[in-house]
Amino acid sequence: MNDNKKQLRIALRNCGFINPEIIDDYISRDGYMALGKCLTEHTPEETIKEIKDSGLRGRGGGGFPTGLKWEITRKSESDQKYVVCNADEGDPGAFMDRSILEGDPHSVIEAMAICGYCIGADKGLVYIRAEYPLAIERLQIALSQAREYGLLGENIFRSGFNFDIEIRFGAGAFVCGEETALIHSMEGLRGEPTFKPPFPSVSGYLGKPTNVNNVETFANIPAILNKGAAWFSSIGTEKSKGTKVFALAGKINNVGLIEVPMGTTLREVIYEIGGGIRDGKKFKSVQTGGPSGGCLTTDFLDTPIDYDNLIDAGSMMGSGGMIVMDEDDCMVAIAKFYLEFTLEESCGKCSPCRIGNKRLHEILDKITSGRGEFQDIERLQLLSQVIKDTSLCGLGQTSPNPVLSTIANFEDEYLAHVNEGKCPAGQCKALLKYEIIEDLCTGCTLCFRNCPVGAISGERRQPHYIDQSLCIKCGVCYEKCKFNAITLS
Amino acid sequence: MPKIKLSENTVNQIKEVCTEFNNKEGELINVLHKVQKKLGYLPAEVQEVIAKELNASVAKVYGVVTFYSFFSMIPKGEFPISICMGTACYVRGAEQVLSEFKRQLKVEVGESTGDGKFSLNCLRCVGACGLAPVVMVGEKVYGRVAPSQVKEIIKEYQEGCPSGNAKTA
Amino acid sequence: MDTVQLTIDNKPIVVKKGTTILEAAKGIGIHIPTLCHMKLDDLNIENKPGGCRICIVEVQGRRNLAPACCTEVSDGMVVNSHSIRVVNARQTVMELILSDHPSDCLICPKSGNCDLQSLAHQLGIREIHYKGEQSTYREDTSPAIIRDIDKCIMCRRCEMMCNEVQTVGVLSAINRGFNAVVSPAFEMNLDHSVCTYCGQCVAVCPTGALTEVNHTSKVIRALSDPSKTVIVQTAPAVRAALGEEFGYEAGTLVTGKLVSALRRLGFDYVFDTDFAADLTIMEEGTELLNRLSKYLEGDKDVKLPILTSCCPAWVKFFEHQFPQMKEIPSTARSPQQMFGSIAKSYFAEKMNIKREDLVVVSIMPCVAKKYECGRDEFKVNGNPDVDYAVTTRELASLIKLANIEFTKLPDENFDNPLGESTGAGVIFGTTGGVIEAAVRTAYELYTKKSLPRLDFDELRGMEGIRHATIDFNGFPLNIGIAHGLGNARKLLEKIEAGESEFHAIEIMSCPGGCIGGGGQPYHHGNAEILKKRQMAIYREDKNKTLRKSHENPYIIKLYEEYLGKPMSEKAHSLLHTEYFDRT
Repeated sequence: MNDNKKQLRIALRNCGFINPEIIDDYISRDGYMALGKCLTEHTPEETIKEIKDSGLRGRGGGGFPTGLKWEITRKSESDQKYVVCNADEGDPGAFMDRSILEGDPHSVIEAMAICGYCIGADKGLVYIRAEYPLAIERLQIALSQAREYGLLGENIFRSGFNFDIEIRFGAGAFVCGEETALIHSMEGLRGEPTFKPPFPSVSGYLGKPTNVNNVETFANIPAILNKGAAWFSSIGTEKSKGTKVFALAGKINNVGLIEVPMGTTLREVIYEIGGGIRDGKKFKSVQTGGPSGGCLTTDFLDTPIDYDNLIDAGSMMGSGGMIVMDEDDCMVAIAKFYLEFTLEESCGKCSPCRIGNKRLHEILDKITSGRGEFQDIERLQLLSQVIKDTSLCGLGQTSPNPVLSTIANFEDEYLAHVNEGKCPAGQCKALLKYEIIEDLCTGCTLCFRNCPVGAISGERRQPHYIDQSLCIKCGVCYEKCKFNAITLS
Repeated sequence: MPKIKLSENTVNQIKEVCTEFNNKEGELINVLHKVQKKLGYLPAEVQEVIAKELNASVAKVYGVVTFYSFFSMIPKGEFPISICMGTACYVRGAEQVLSEFKRQLKVEVGESTGDGKFSLNCLRCVGACGLAPVVMVGEKVYGRVAPSQVKEIIKEYQEGCPSGNAKTA
Repeated sequence: MDTVQLTIDNKPIVVKKGTTILEAAKGIGIHIPTLCHMKLDDLNIENKPGGCRICIVEVQGRRNLAPACCTEVSDGMVVNSHSIRVVNARQTVMELILSDHPSDCLICPKSGNCDLQSLAHQLGIREIHYKGEQSTYREDTSPAIIRDIDKCIMCRRCEMMCNEVQTVGVLSAINRGFNAVVSPAFEMNLDHSVCTYCGQCVAVCPTGALTEVNHTSKVIRALSDPSKTVIVQTAPAVRAALGEEFGYEAGTLVTGKLVSALRRLGFDYVFDTDFAADLTIMEEGTELLNRLSKYLEGDKDVKLPILTSCCPAWVKFFEHQFPQMKEIPSTARSPQQMFGSIAKSYFAEKMNIKREDLVVVSIMPCVAKKYECGRDEFKVNGNPDVDYAVTTRELASLIKLANIEFTKLPDENFDNPLGESTGAGVIFGTTGGVIEAAVRTAYELYTKKSLPRLDFDELRGMEGIRHATIDFNGFPLNIGIAHGLGNARKLLEKIEAGESEFHAIEIMSCPGGCIGGGGQPYHHGNAEILKKRQMAIYREDKNKTLRKSHENPYIIKLYEEYLGKPMSEKAHSLLHTEYFDRT
């Protein structure tokens, strides 16, 4: 990713600048300074106040004020409390947590220790995706170095504060990004969410008060404490402070991780940082928030990105996936893609998510395969509303967002599918038709010989013909024809 | 489900892992991870041993194994092929790549070829969105894969395959 | 006490802090519909996964709808339980559930008793707008229970009963998303699992996903076979619950009508399992006294406490889970099996009926009895002592099938000689009853004195584990009682650890004992019904002239004519059994 003045690195401040396997590198960039200051100079209350004043909100998706969460956990009385770092990054198309853990693991360790001090916990757990072997390895190295330096363990900075961290492995369940599901998973159970309240801050891991934050949230903490709440809150918008890391991907020239101040517009991200759309194609949509988010149109390009504006626009921040789509992308198929994901990742506990998403997917499948009816669009909207309104956890409560936002912003594409039997983007295979233009066909038999299902017939040197009932729309004939005699409609 | 008999050595390996985690029921997922790493998969008989060692019901262990996509009850192929189905890969044509693999190997997602050489799976984002669409064979990453390259990739691993019966079309 | 003020459907209400919206609403007569939720008061049994989302209500100021079963009230809360938004969502969720459920109500064994069916009716569902793929699974038939989990709606009640209440651990949610369902490990059949067939999963299943194996047609076939003499025994808990199937208030005793109905169904002799219960007391009580006197003589090897063995699910439970302790329970067979054994020996000989021409049917509150009567050790040359065990529910359907107007039936008496019983036999039907019956007899046999009182209130109740000490003429006899296998497990673990002070323990698998058995009319989550049945059982006991098993004249006669004395060699071969290690 080209560095760009639009970017501002706070969470990613050390990534690429230090050797993550050498603790001294981290220390040389003010590492563990914030922890030292907290333990020796500040009370937990003072530190919590600083975090609250900074305006930091959870970067995992929900955007709950971090300082407030710490305060609630601090106030929950118990003999044992826990700090949990959610590193079970599961959003397809987002990988900032992995990058931070691989590039700057100590920032997370330091922040967890600070959190432990603030809430009164001496034990931390990192719940990390098992599919991230390098991140796990670097985290393990960092943990042992921190222990060696006395930055974890007993009597840290001679303050009397003890803290250590264990690693727990996720096992491939997106729903475990939800706090209660994550906690059940750490307890060796199926990762099914439970009703809140009680919130984990009151009754979490093993029934004890537990503070759960995600990797990026933690990575911000040392910087905030070193530079002050005032500095941090000067960045961003009124209700969303600081920066946000996005994983920019899709039909864009520069892909990769970026970190921008809250309030940066989508246009700035896509055109100035991302370098615009690939292959000179036309921008169509940008998807934020992963399977919980929505697809935004050009109308929103100048909207400053923050938690609230994205929600108002029918999407959400999520963990920071940002996928750019161009004119070749079919928005109905995109909605179906996300639903497929939700379908696979729904835990199955509550009926609207378990069955409702299945039905949404079936309707979308019907539309993309050319069997859609006009009423299906209304049915999608009604069902989506109920799923959002009645599902047990955040997964189901947001899973219809890709459907609702694509209908709201690209209704014409849905209508083209159901009314005209056409996919404007030419993506929905079932709606495509390959035909041979008799005038251009020389009868060379190349298509005939390459068709995998024998759908093409014709005499040598005579125009050929495609049997539509046999055609599987693989496009081989189209690619092979040297005379442009095959059309796609 | 065909019953398999675990060797004494395997049973001891499993027991060792359980002991390492103090035979605590709460460590079930850690135990499953470690055992799968050792044995490659978690067949019913293995789950039965784990349940006994952790004093948990077999149904519970099975409930956990079937909940998490990382755990598998069927052995992976010698060369596990994984297609990233993250959004970035999807918009850049991962689905077409996947169907080409299915067509070439004549297997569905989650299955292995008859000779045990290849297994086909989908992955969530591997964090290589810049290389989309991404295919992994074992640990090796293939970026910007087009459906037309699929045959070639498979061929790479078929060479030296004595029976050669994984070859299709 | 902290209270909270709120309004539900415009009605102001003050409730205790911590109350759920569902409970608060119920208190003012607003019955918010539920499906997965189930609470058995006083038994500490609650299923509250918050998964079905039927009980959702609108709470002012809240972004989404709130499940009433899980949401606690808060001060100033404004709840609407039937706004358009709520009704539409509730109906849609219901339609979704139905869209993944076979619509074969007309021929479903649960029809008429199905919570899902009545809810669909209550919500006025007339069309399913969201049709699509339905999940299908293999049907699993075991000796006692049928799993047809195409009908599973993931309420998780069975899973909760099997794991939390019974600690049997056969059922668990498996897979996820649309494929999630409740099943034994590896989707194996129940009869390959450690299932005890206690039937509590059946008792709480809101749909037809879990039902008993139905033997009514076999009974009809036997009844219409002129070459067979068909006799029937009815367990004590049946008479306290059968009336519910015919519109009687729970707790109505219908003993006389029950006998009358069985006679009209064509049974040649209508006998009573209570008779066999009295016989059980003779054997088990004697066994207790034998072990006790050995213990008092200083025998260190004697197995104490003695555990009751009337309950087949309990027997299977310890055979699977505590096989190392299989020498502790009494070797006495259950009343059902004692009856069968005596019927096919003593009675058959007396009446000069060939064993194979005598069919013994039992009416049981239990589904495990179906399994028990099929156990090999209860067969002679392949012919079972008890041919068919049908549940209270199956009997009700047989009565309906035979066009018998139950409510108009006269009261009739059991036949002799296997129909006479004492109050002690009756109370076998409830938790605490077996041990109370045993105490009544053992006390008199041990002390050679007449009991000053017959009602042992200290042994009665609904608490999961109870204990009492009865003064046996200076010897304090420590008694333990557990109902629910989870409670039984706790006592067993204590015994195993050598921490048990008890001399005798009664165990029944089902919460409440047999009155709460898996074959009883469905309680639909209303624990009051169980309490009323229990009271009925004690009422029946009180009404009996004879209330001590050893005073039953036909029991005395049976020993005189046939068995000799309790624990005799003959009694041993006919009335006792052995247990197996099933691990």
